[in-house]
Amino acid sequence: MELVTAIGIGVIAGAGVWLILRPRTFQVILGLSLLTYAVNAFLLSMGGLKLGAPPILESVAGVDPSRHADPVPQSLVLTSIVISFSMTALYLVVLLAARGLTGTDHVDGEEPD
Amino acid sequence: MGVDLATQQLGGPIASQLVDLSPHLPVLPVVLPLVVAALMLFLDERRGILKAGLGAATLSALVLVSFVLLNTVSGDADGVIVYRLADWAAPFGIVLVVDRLAALMLMITSILALASFVFAVSGWAIVSPRFHSLFLLLVLGLNGAFLTGDMFNLYVFFEVLLAASYGLLLHGSGRQRVRAGLQYIAVNLGSSMLFLFGVGLLYASTGTLNMVDMMRVAAELQGGDVTVFRAGLAILSVAFLTKAGVWPLSFWLPVAYPAATPPVSAMFVIMTKVGAYILLRVTALASGVPETGLVEFLSPWLLYGGIATVIFGSMGVLASNQLQRIAAYATLITAGTLVAAVGTGDARAISGALYYLIGSTLATGAAFLISELIARLRTVESPAASEPVVEPVFGDDYETSLEDFEGYEVGIAFPAGTAMLGGAFVTGALVLAGLPPLSGFLAKFAIVRGVLAGTVSEVAAWVLAGAVIFSGLATLIALMRKGVEAFWRPGEETTAEVRSLEALPVGLLLALCVALAIFAAPVITYLDATSAYLANPVEYARNVLETGR
Repeated sequence: MELVTAIGIGVIAGAGVWLILRPRTFQVILGLSLLTYAVNAFLLSMGGLKLGAPPILESVAGVDPSRHADPVPQSLVLTSIVISFSMTALYLVVLLAARGLTGTDHVDGEEPD
Repeated sequence: MGVDLATQQLGGPIASQLVDLSPHLPVLPVVLPLVVAALMLFLDERRGILKAGLGAATLSALVLVSFVLLNTVSGDADGVIVYRLADWAAPFGIVLVVDRLAALMLMITSILALASFVFAVSGWAIVSPRFHSLFLLLVLGLNGAFLTGDMFNLYVFFEVLLAASYGLLLHGSGRQRVRAGLQYIAVNLGSSMLFLFGVGLLYASTGTLNMVDMMRVAAELQGGDVTVFRAGLAILSVAFLTKAGVWPLSFWLPVAYPAATPPVSAMFVIMTKVGAYILLRVTALASGVPETGLVEFLSPWLLYGGIATVIFGSMGVLASNQLQRIAAYATLITAGTLVAAVGTGDARAISGALYYLIGSTLATGAAFLISELIARLRTVESPAASEPVVEPVFGDDYETSLEDFEGYEVGIAFPAGTAMLGGAFVTGALVLAGLPPLSGFLAKFAIVRGVLAGTVSEVAAWVLAGAVIFSGLATLIALMRKGVEAFWRPGEETTAEVRSLEALPVGLLLALCVALAIFAAPVITYLDATSAYLANPVEYARNVLETGR
């Protein structure tokens, strides 16, 4: 499971980096979205990967922490999802404004010769 | 149970609690701008004067709060106030930590914010909606980033300040700004991703997010965890170096800063300092665990990156012919000097660099503001050019036309406008170029002395000293060329129209620069105490983790 997750995150992040370096704004925003997914999955896996383990302790006494998932990365991911989602939305607005003002979707605001 | 806890902790009737707000002072720099910014959203754009008054009152209050905090920590033996949010104990809850360094940064931020805000409301604030709220949110993010003792909370505050800065950069709209904004936002979103990757790795290796606790656990790491920790720290540093504008991660800065409206650029000057501040904080904390060598690998990168930035900034200054671009590259020079001083790890160099940071931040801010006034001076003959160049694009509830904006343009013509402007320009130039008798000279002298007597290799020390001195020469040449062109054009009568609301902030910033040179002794004493305290993070850690008050 660790290997599959790691490869998955790596592929998504790699695709994101490649797209960010492309010259069209739409490619850049897709790249940023992919990077966001990659970083969210990455953060979630930072507490260790566990299946079927609840993140909340039901009672304090006699608890075996190894049978529970780490709740901190989950809350971090929630925060980062909200922030990156809103940033992507904001970037979309700027993208459209740039398209309207410059008449091109090139990141430099002008077509290369 | 909650009630029991409350009465136990607070003690006494509620009325006496209301009187004594002083324990909650550290949270005010975060809460106050947040609340006022939120309230301002209920006022529409026609209430500009009310909003301006509210904002100026808030920022003045923040100056006061920062001053009280500064006074408290400088008089205190421990020199640190720990504020536990919601009263959760330190490694689990989030703490705000005010030490000498944080209090100093709060002070600079609130002064610069007040000056830029007053300058902005005299004209630029009304060219696009919701300027006042965005500005306060930027201040909130900055203050939070300086205060927080929690790595992930730092990320959140970074995002708050960046989100506000995106809005402010685009303030006024127009092709140039949107183009610059597009690149600025992409770069910063990318570096935020790096930030998250870094925080994730640090959490994975240490299992905590509190910065102090992180370093405590890091000292006991074994085997693979050390590698993970180092990788996390390295990735995190790349993110901070990008924000600080260190070469070669700085190409976004000279594009973005001059594109923004002048008061916004003036405020942005402090943003590169956030990156440098965090690097200083992290390396200082980690120096408490020297035997592990966990962060020492960063120091050469900071040192040589900083030197390269100073050289790059100097060349940029020489190549620029607009005052805004010169000021943007001067920002880079400051950031580079600061990061290089952090890289030397030498207490004297760091205290000199902090002194340099105060003066150059205020002077660069003033330079951005003056650039607006000089631009108007140049176009006195053709008034049409002084109109705002663009129609607002995001005008959803913005009905004021540009004719009304012209109404604001009419103000009291300062009688000695040109003389004042020239004087301000010279003062700013002296600080930026580091010439005696102003603070820039003292600062560079302190840095060079500290570096040469310090622990870094002799070659690196001389290269850094040379770069710092060369950057002063380059700035001087560029500013002189600019000043001659602006003020001494033959055969043309130039009159400056400076409104008193614009003269005030510029005067305030430059007067503080002069005061910084006159009262250098107490300031340097304070900064020496700051860097000595930074060099001894064990005390800081003990305060944060145990005696959270």
